[in-house]
Amino acid sequence: MLKQIEGSHGVAEAVGLCRPEVICAYPITPQTHIVEDLGALVKKGQLTDCEFINVESEFAALSVGIGSSAAGARTYTATASQGLLYMAEAVYNASGLGLPIVMTVGNRAIGSPINIWNDQSDSMSMRDAGWIQLFAETNQQAIDVHIQAFKIAETLSMPVMVCMDGFILTHAYERMDVPDQEQVDRFLPPFEPRQVLDPADPKSIGAMVGPEAFTEVRYIAHHKQMQALKVIPQIAEEFKGIFGRDSGGLISTYRADDADTLIVTLGSVIGTISEVIDEMRDKGQKIGAVTIRSFRPFPLDEIHEVLKNTRRVVVFEKCLAVGLGGIVASNVRMAHRGQTSPVYTVIGGLGGRPITRASLQELFEKAMTDDLEETTFLDLKQDVVDQEMEREKKFSRSGAIAENILRDVGVVDVAKTT
Amino acid sequence: MANQQVKFYQTGTLTVGNRLLDSKLRTVQATMDRSNSLDSGHRACQGCGEALGARYAIDAAMRATNNQLIAANATGCLEVFTTPYPESAWRIPWMHSLFGNAPAVATGIAAALKVKGKNDVRVIAQGGDGGTTDIGFGCLSGMFERNDDVLYICYDNQGYMNTGVQRSSATPGGARTATTMPLGPEPGADFDKGKNVPLIAMAHNIPYVATASVDRLHDLEAKVKKAMSIRGARYIQIFVPCPLGWGSNPANTIQVARLAVECGMYPLFEAEFGEIISSTKIRRKVQVEEYLKLQRRFAHVLKNPDQLQLVQSVADKNIQKFSLMGFQGGEV
Repeated sequence: MLKQIEGSHGVAEAVGLCRPEVICAYPITPQTHIVEDLGALVKKGQLTDCEFINVESEFAALSVGIGSSAAGARTYTATASQGLLYMAEAVYNASGLGLPIVMTVGNRAIGSPINIWNDQSDSMSMRDAGWIQLFAETNQQAIDVHIQAFKIAETLSMPVMVCMDGFILTHAYERMDVPDQEQVDRFLPPFEPRQVLDPADPKSIGAMVGPEAFTEVRYIAHHKQMQALKVIPQIAEEFKGIFGRDSGGLISTYRADDADTLIVTLGSVIGTISEVIDEMRDKGQKIGAVTIRSFRPFPLDEIHEVLKNTRRVVVFEKCLAVGLGGIVASNVRMAHRGQTSPVYTVIGGLGGRPITRASLQELFEKAMTDDLEETTFLDLKQDVVDQEMEREKKFSRSGAIAENILRDVGVVDVAKTT
Repeated sequence: MANQQVKFYQTGTLTVGNRLLDSKLRTVQATMDRSNSLDSGHRACQGCGEALGARYAIDAAMRATNNQLIAANATGCLEVFTTPYPESAWRIPWMHSLFGNAPAVATGIAAALKVKGKNDVRVIAQGGDGGTTDIGFGCLSGMFERNDDVLYICYDNQGYMNTGVQRSSATPGGARTATTMPLGPEPGADFDKGKNVPLIAMAHNIPYVATASVDRLHDLEAKVKKAMSIRGARYIQIFVPCPLGWGSNPANTIQVARLAVECGMYPLFEAEFGEIISSTKIRRKVQVEEYLKLQRRFAHVLKNPDQLQLVQSVADKNIQKFSLMGFQGGEV
């Protein structure tokens, strides 16, 4: 049914349609509306046979989820940013135990400096934690991918993180097609756990494993993610068969076929990027884009294939590997191995900085003449950086960087505070 | 002439007496059909109080629930010595997730059972004092506050034994640990630090809180049985000597536990909804030296009159606070 609703509300409705049995809720911006709306669905009796638990931390949220999933309940939670870091130990544990929990991450920057706005540093920090990571480009995809996520998780008995850009998606009101219960029931069978805590068949789960078997257990985790490279597209096909929409899968492309320059990205920024591509295509420039929908497992072959004939690759990412450059770009370079065309890294949108069409167009024009550094920070205020570096040279006690820079960029009125 | 009730001395000693009691009054451990939920073959040290405490408690809980029990275990000695992969000493459905989240995992298990209508299956969470009073404390308090249907059992051996005997917030003042060495002008663990989790549990107004000790089986089993007759969040903290960490003779585990109770260092009581309803009276009061001298972790305290006085004052305060005097005779 078509509805004009907030992205978070759409996701809550979609998760509700998946008949979760245990939902753990802990507030953190920008995912909070999702669990609020799910709590309301349970309270008003629309979502039945579901325990909605207000826990005391994100660490507890996922830990409760670990228990409920191991006891055979379909389990959901949501988090973001600091919350994802706070539950980090449980994130690894859930995947190590092979528990098919589905968790939304409303992507947000990580502090310090504390920042509530969107980038993808949070999900990226957990990229190697053993979870499948699916990134939504739009709110419609967020809805669709959540429904697929439960099926992927339960098929493989491994947890799935559905990543959607905070605010840009979670707080956007737009038209979404929310499936009906009958369709979802047809697509998603009841949860049948591979392992379950049951007095009739007592098993020990989570035993200690030494060097004699640890490698094999870890290998199986990797092997299952390799299987997921097949399962994710299959389930996207099944989804299309029932719902009629092309959502999910490993990657998508936009006007990529004959492109000399390919922009590789993930998440909602493809919306702005595709508009810029349209404008440049109108001028005859051969540019296109590839969106990574599944970041873990990373579709090396699919990306290799789509990039192999292009003359240059620009990876646009909302995260930063401090001391290296790009996180996504490092992965893309591995997919692009054996090719001679350059891969440029562009870091943009950190902490919610707007990514404008004008900036992107200027960037892409430069890229098309190979006039880019290996790593570029989009719209970096170099003068502010220089000013702070100068200050650090001059004064040993130069002060807190974030506060200095806030003054320098004029957010804080120096006249009033000094 | 009316039948005269014959009292045997042993029935009040808390150790022997099973053979003199009616079979219904004997302990779960004394029965042939005990569940042996924590089976033989595990890797605990000789004289391990925690292994005993866990077997006593879980067997009693199994009896109380007609064997419909699931346990969530915190990381620690109990987890490590019972489940060296691919072996497991557990004959119950058992799960280990992390060091600090056993109460939350148990909450999740209980929630899943509730939503699936399996109301007869009950949930226990268990861990050592480090996993309970320190790193798992947030999750424990959350579980209490929500009154989740979980019995949490803390096996209290007063330190991080699994990592090599470091101080926890349950380590008593004066005790030697690897991080509170008997050095300098104030040797051992600081006095007036640490927390009393049974009292903190009571502050959550949960239906049942109790302390127990491995030296008295009837009392321990009765508390577990009672806990399993109640729904909601419950907490039992069991005193379990650690020969390795405390420097005590493995053969003396029960004696050490007995003396801790009898000198007032480990008060045993029960509380319901935040109010203490009973305490176990000291039968034969001893000075703390009797207890301390069996443990090398207190060797320096015995040579230091000031510290010895501090330990004695802790015991004396407990005796006052928990009304531990006034033993009335041999109830089982």
